[in-house]
Amino acid sequence: MDKIHLQYNVDGEDFTLAGEASSDVRRVLRKLGFDGDTIRRAAICMYEGEINMVIHASGGVIDVYIDPDSIEIIMADTGPGIADIEKAWQEGYTTASQTVRDLGFGAGMGLPNMKRYSDFIDIETELGKGTTVKMIIKTRS
Amino acid sequence: MATIKNLQQQLELINHNPDADCDRELSGCYIGDLLSWVMAHAFSGCVWITIMSNINVAAVASLTDAACVIMAEGVQPDQDLLDRVKRDDIALFTSPLSVYEIAIKVHDVLNA
Repeated sequence: MDKIHLQYNVDGEDFTLAGEASSDVRRVLRKLGFDGDTIRRAAICMYEGEINMVIHASGGVIDVYIDPDSIEIIMADTGPGIADIEKAWQEGYTTASQTVRDLGFGAGMGLPNMKRYSDFIDIETELGKGTTVKMIIKTRS
Repeated sequence: MATIKNLQQQLELINHNPDADCDRELSGCYIGDLLSWVMAHAFSGCVWITIMSNINVAAVASLTDAACVIMAEGVQPDQDLLDRVKRDDIALFTSPLSVYEIAIKVHDVLNA
């Protein structure tokens, strides 16, 4: 299998579209015959990232590279950047608005979930410039 | 093994997506409203009980491969959610019962 590249533009204004890119990647991974655990971990990581892009960064671009033993997800936005990255890694820490919390998000589980379910995660962030999150999910079977 | 159809009949659930496949077998039950938490802990084939009613419920149900969603306590789905569950073939039900009462009945159906 050649490496597959998928790209998505995430609309930051539209909460109703949040999760569309993740759902599409899940469909593709299923079609390619990836195991359930790998698909689930990739879907969680990507969904959390996608929601973060909508909540905090007015959208962005997601690149997904799929090969037989790993899925690489690169999420780049030009949002405000993460002011306190140490705190952002902590479960329960959030800067989300009340409106966002009322929708069931902003529980402070985004980055912790992404870290838990990926095999590698790196975040580059600069205030006023944006954030790029790179994650790798390896197949285990 | 219990199916969505068994559950619907026993709990007298109101079906908001009659086209969804109700013959699917159930693997267990998960309860939660914080979507990130549910995303990380719900599992394939589960019955997901929640009081959340917005469109993102569909994304979480689909990504976790939940068998069906039950909205408890008389909460009604908003129109965006109804449209999305129909598009994505997600079984969505409502019930006037409390989360606790539904959970007990789900337990009975799963262990019948």
